[in-house]
Amino acid sequence: MQTFDLAEKGLRALNSTLQGQSQDTNETAWEVVNAKGSHAIAVGLDAPIEVTVRGSTGYYCGGMNKQATIRIDGSAGPGTGENMMSGRIEISGDASQYLGATGHGGLIVVRGNASSRCGISMKGVNIVVEGNIGHMSGFMAQSGNVVVCGDAGDALGDSCYEARFFVRGSVKSLGADCEKKEMRPEHIAFLTDILAEAGVDAKPEEFTRYGSARKLYNFDIDNAGAY
Amino acid sequence: MKDHDIPHTTPRMSATFTNDVNSDIRRAAATGIYDIRGGGAKRRVPNFDDLLFLGASISRYPLEGYREKCDTNVTIGGLNAENPIELDIPITIAGMSFGALSGPAKEALGRGASAAGTSTTTGDGGMTPEERGHSSKLVYQYLPSRYGMNPDDLRKADAIEIVVGQGAKPGGGGMLLGQKISDRVAEMRNLPKGIDQRSACRHPDWTGPDDLEIKILELREITGWKVPIYVKVAGARPYYDTTLAIKAGADAVVLDGMQGGTAATQDVFIEHVGQPTLAIIRPAVQALQDLGMHRKVQLILSGGIRSGADVAKAMALGADAVSIGTAAMIAIGDNDPKWEAEYQKLGTTAGAYDDWHEGLDPAGITTQDPELEKRFDPVEGGRRLRNYLKVMTLEAQTIARACGKNHLHNLEPEDLVALTMEAAAMAQVPLSGTDWWPGKPGTGF
Repeated sequence: MQTFDLAEKGLRALNSTLQGQSQDTNETAWEVVNAKGSHAIAVGLDAPIEVTVRGSTGYYCGGMNKQATIRIDGSAGPGTGENMMSGRIEISGDASQYLGATGHGGLIVVRGNASSRCGISMKGVNIVVEGNIGHMSGFMAQSGNVVVCGDAGDALGDSCYEARFFVRGSVKSLGADCEKKEMRPEHIAFLTDILAEAGVDAKPEEFTRYGSARKLYNFDIDNAGAY
Repeated sequence: MKDHDIPHTTPRMSATFTNDVNSDIRRAAATGIYDIRGGGAKRRVPNFDDLLFLGASISRYPLEGYREKCDTNVTIGGLNAENPIELDIPITIAGMSFGALSGPAKEALGRGASAAGTSTTTGDGGMTPEERGHSSKLVYQYLPSRYGMNPDDLRKADAIEIVVGQGAKPGGGGMLLGQKISDRVAEMRNLPKGIDQRSACRHPDWTGPDDLEIKILELREITGWKVPIYVKVAGARPYYDTTLAIKAGADAVVLDGMQGGTAATQDVFIEHVGQPTLAIIRPAVQALQDLGMHRKVQLILSGGIRSGADVAKAMALGADAVSIGTAAMIAIGDNDPKWEAEYQKLGTTAGAYDDWHEGLDPAGITTQDPELEKRFDPVEGGRRLRNYLKVMTLEAQTIARACGKNHLHNLEPEDLVALTMEAAAMAQVPLSGTDWWPGKPGTGF
């Protein structure tokens, strides 16, 4: 395990070092200490390495990640895993707003809660939250899945496209054009796999699926009241 | 007097309810939907035509055309970037998306810009290989929708432009209607084919200048601090927006007036929100000067730039470069009268065609229809754009030499006068024949 002291060496040196790891690097395990809520930690990585950040992070930790596994031993600031392409981000505490915004792929796991706009505009990423998620989560979400073991706040899935939302607890309200959907065998199978991958102990049968009613996909003046 | 002997008054059209207005009302009543179109503001607003250069005289001496040098190069992004953009001419190509434009049209813009020694810009839809391949300097737009955004393309860019606003629609997003969503466009945007695609009006993971500073930090970290980061804003509140963009760490500010085009938005938005390009430049320059950043953070002005005279006037008022979109499209063949018969079939005429969102462009430029695309030759389009850029540059040089300037950047407000009170007030140059403009310090107005 390589240990990198962020307070001593600085952000540029950290990201440059991690971004410089090749596909077949032997230095696959990294530990970042003295994170102290710094922004843009471990962004733009593109190698199959494992990075553990000790302490909470600021904005955009793991932004645009590819391949890497990033563990945050604390809570994560806004926009964590934004535009992530692949790999895995795991947060032991809570996640702030915009978690996984516009993410294209990979898996984000939150052991605590995720704040508002979780999965906003997501484009294929999977997000599993053991706790609750805040309001306007999944706003304009295009594809991918948000799995919530707790409750969802107001306006879940507002103006979403093909993204899916699985909620075990209550949903305070659904957003425009988001509706409750039938849970079919393929959804149970998907949940079984994603919960196992996330290391979450929950029964797939307890979840309810939500997604787009597809009424706003093409503009219709008769739907103007929904906007 | 008999009734038939009473003279009839001439039929009088209302100045309020004009034929245009009446047709808008009838269309709205028939459809229940507001009018969506492309392009920028069509109404007459104070513009660069309302300014004149003074030229040289006894108190100023000119430079010899074709002999004495008048440089046109500009460096953008030298403040923070390891590799700033070096352009031969200060006229860049504005962001226009693949999706709104065809692939061959984007290729032509890259070809023309590269041949003229300048940059072109992606748009809301990601970077295409043909665009990257044909653009020697490509600016990658980072937009609210993040369609097609990925770190690999980000690292292929020569600069990144964070788009906050657009002159045609400050505070507005966009809409690419389903008929233009081909398989390729749908795949690039991660959305089903044939549905209307909303482009969000604000970024999903930041709001306000403090967040923007952190976003810029993240983008610099991902790209290794190698390339400049521009911030594009609509000309809504140019003094404050320029100030905040600089504060957030922008290397360049792109400022877009209301004559700047869009692929598609509501006509009411285009015509009634924003400010004329002429009105926004001086406040932005003032912001740069107040922060000691003029010529350190570059100002790129866009919105209705058409000629070398416009370029020279923008530079004289303090811009470092300009950007063209609509003019570039016209140069490569948009709205060409040779397609007049087909424009007529679409209920319009050459020069007025602006339903770009419908994907039926007879010129094959604003379409994703494979058959229409075939009408457009990207090599010829690129040649035409190069020619146009060269002419604009020669025109700007001609004016600069006449003003005795050996670089376009040496043009200054003192070289200009205004023809109207409005233009004088906006440009802060004297009304022609006077030494005064509305708001001139110390004049009591």
